[in-house]
Amino acid sequence: MPIEILMPALSPTMEEGTLAKWLVKEGDEVTSGDVIAEIETDKATMEVEAVEEGRIGKILIGEGTEGVKVNVPIAVLLEDGEDAAAITTSAAPAPGQESSGGGAPEAAPVEPAPAAAPAPTATPAPQPVASVPAADTEIPAGTEIVSMTVREALRDAMAEEMRSDDAVFVMGEEVAEYQGAYKVTQGLLDEFGGRRVIDTPITEHGFTGVGVGAAFGKLKPIVEFMTFNFAMQAIDHIINSAAKTLYMSGGQMGCSIVFRGPNGAASRVGAQHSQDYSAWYSAVPGLKVIAPHTAADAKGLLKSAIRDPNPVIFLENEILYGQTFDVPVLDDWTVPIGKAKIVREGSDVTLVSFSHGMSYALDAADQLAQEGISAEVIDLRTLRPMDTDTILASVRKTNRIVTVEEGWPTCGIGSEIAAVVVAQAFDHLDAPPTRVSGKDVPMPYAANLEKLALPSVQDVVDAAKSVCYAG
Amino acid sequence: MAADKKPAATKAAERSRKSKRAAPEKSIEFTPEQELAAYKEMLLIRRFEEKAGQMYGMGMIGGFCHLYIGQEAVVIGLQMAIGEGDQLITSYRDHGHMLAAGMEPRGVMAELTGRRNGYSRGKGGSMHMFSREKNFYGGHGIVAAQVPLGTGLAFSNKYNGTDRVSLTFFGEGATNQGQVYESFNIASLWKLPVVYVIENNRYAMGTAVTRAAAKSEELYNRGSVYGIPGEQVDGMDVRAVKAAGDKAVAHCRAGNGPMILEMMTYRYRGHSMSDPAKYRTKEEVQKMRQEHDPIEQVRARLIGSNAASEDELKGIDKDIRAVVAEAAEYAQNDPEPDASELWTDILVDA
Repeated sequence: MPIEILMPALSPTMEEGTLAKWLVKEGDEVTSGDVIAEIETDKATMEVEAVEEGRIGKILIGEGTEGVKVNVPIAVLLEDGEDAAAITTSAAPAPGQESSGGGAPEAAPVEPAPAAAPAPTATPAPQPVASVPAADTEIPAGTEIVSMTVREALRDAMAEEMRSDDAVFVMGEEVAEYQGAYKVTQGLLDEFGGRRVIDTPITEHGFTGVGVGAAFGKLKPIVEFMTFNFAMQAIDHIINSAAKTLYMSGGQMGCSIVFRGPNGAASRVGAQHSQDYSAWYSAVPGLKVIAPHTAADAKGLLKSAIRDPNPVIFLENEILYGQTFDVPVLDDWTVPIGKAKIVREGSDVTLVSFSHGMSYALDAADQLAQEGISAEVIDLRTLRPMDTDTILASVRKTNRIVTVEEGWPTCGIGSEIAAVVVAQAFDHLDAPPTRVSGKDVPMPYAANLEKLALPSVQDVVDAAKSVCYAG
Repeated sequence: MAADKKPAATKAAERSRKSKRAAPEKSIEFTPEQELAAYKEMLLIRRFEEKAGQMYGMGMIGGFCHLYIGQEAVVIGLQMAIGEGDQLITSYRDHGHMLAAGMEPRGVMAELTGRRNGYSRGKGGSMHMFSREKNFYGGHGIVAAQVPLGTGLAFSNKYNGTDRVSLTFFGEGATNQGQVYESFNIASLWKLPVVYVIENNRYAMGTAVTRAAAKSEELYNRGSVYGIPGEQVDGMDVRAVKAAGDKAVAHCRAGNGPMILEMMTYRYRGHSMSDPAKYRTKEEVQKMRQEHDPIEQVRARLIGSNAASEDELKGIDKDIRAVVAEAAEYAQNDPEPDASELWTDILVDA
């Protein structure tokens, strides 16, 4: 029976890619291990190997095709004695469309990577911010807008600050020659050279201490963690050395440093690679903590973070890296630290979130609108210092609040917001503040369990309806 | 076991190190001026620490207080080896380093008493003082945390293209921490100008080095797998310390990367003020005091060579006691920090 070769998932969060090149043509015999094609993701170009013997019966997706979804058949392999007439597949959807999914897992013996599960979020596709109705007062009228991924925005922020200040440098694992484990530092080595774009050994405790020491020496390091999960090895230097020394020195020892990298759940990477540290770092005096959602905020806030004379924790999100947003074209686009943003105005309930949690909140607001509930959506952007004024003003208007985060519920960001709202806007509340969060469990691996462990759009909709007493 | 059989070269090196300690080479001899300077500096630390101990007993100093008595030659010998702009960073046993760096005794003492004119405005205490002006970078309370931090200071020197050197002090107890080896690896890989100074005072709190460290007799060798040269030095002889410091600092300035100096020293007092030091005999302490005291050694040479008279040395002691008494007086009369200081210095205004 002919075997379908499917578009492989080449990373935990890959949803689509470009079929850059076919290295075989119809009629070629292949054996397992032969490189048959090259696929470009937003992170890298990867070779695809055949894992079965046979003859290429038909190439379904031409080379150069962009936006080929994972698990879409890209070619058909014929076994001995079969001919092209045996190809009955109709599963050759136009590129960029969802796979029919018909029998994909069983009929997918040619897969270099495990079958990709759908991303845990209900909103995996890039979201244009054009759907956001709130007027953006931060961008001057008439400013040119470009479409850009969060990944590119972060890279541009670092490059711009490195151009303007020689004291700024970036260090971390794979930031230089490999161009970044998630390609956030792509191109920086070429532009700035090895003095300022520095590959470290895998030694978080050590290189974080070195970074803090360099900051004591008046440099402005950007320390990249491949993920914040690995920063647990280094948390002593982040808290005890970076955050506390200014105070312990009576104001003498400033420490201008940015710790950045992906935080929280990605997709199917298990408990040790999926933790959200938002609440941990937000608990520490002496730190600033930023967790942006959009590319414009990622760029503007990272530039502000690099210039800030204090230690700043900059929490990125792997799923957001590849998402595209509008970014203003300005010589020096910065976003102030400590200012939340109302990204959607509403009157019935306030939804407060940050980072990838915003994806759920915005989709929930759309859904609630269809059911006649007007939700105001606040993107915190900075977690510490938290812009509680914006939250409180909104609650005084809507009288209801739902917080949304991917992290754990106990002592979480939502717990803090609930405490603030109860203490300072108690008389305005028509319902108890309600938290939507990740579940109180280590992150499971199984696709269904992981989905259950994370918040969903439906969770947010249900919580909002509950505080509105709308069933 | 092959490990037990040392190569001849290693044995010879050990002999040479030992002989170096027993009979210092001519080249490390001090001029009378150097002897006198070292004497004064070490005596200031000794008298300051004695006063701090006394004030702790009176309840004027709170919390933890780790005295440097017995180890004075280490920091003074190295201070004589470095130049303007070289940085110092150490652990919580830091009073001696601050005085050696030229920080004011009254400012240090006022911090010990938790007063507003202490170096950290009363917010750091014994373990946490700093002076950018004097290139003293703390004062760190987590064992070995200063090692990567000092390595980072060396990184900034190299990044900025200066020839300054970071002197990173830590106890022999810290040499078992993982971050020390992460630092060794990075410093050697990137050829950073850092002198790692192991102050081997034999006891990590109450644990003898032989009970805590494998191959404890050669901690200077702990960087060898990273290609970092190391030397064991008689840390009770200020001349030997300076000579080793000269060599290590020159090694770093020349762009050769890090170097390790293991200073064999001894603390007379307990780990902190609350330590009765039951883990060692009184005789052991007494023997070190009588036979190896770093200040007495210099004093004997000054008298023996007629470079100074008993009366002159008494005069010096009197002057130093006066400085320390003034610092203690100041530290007791300086007001506590204003309550508003609770909320300052958490963040730098952006």
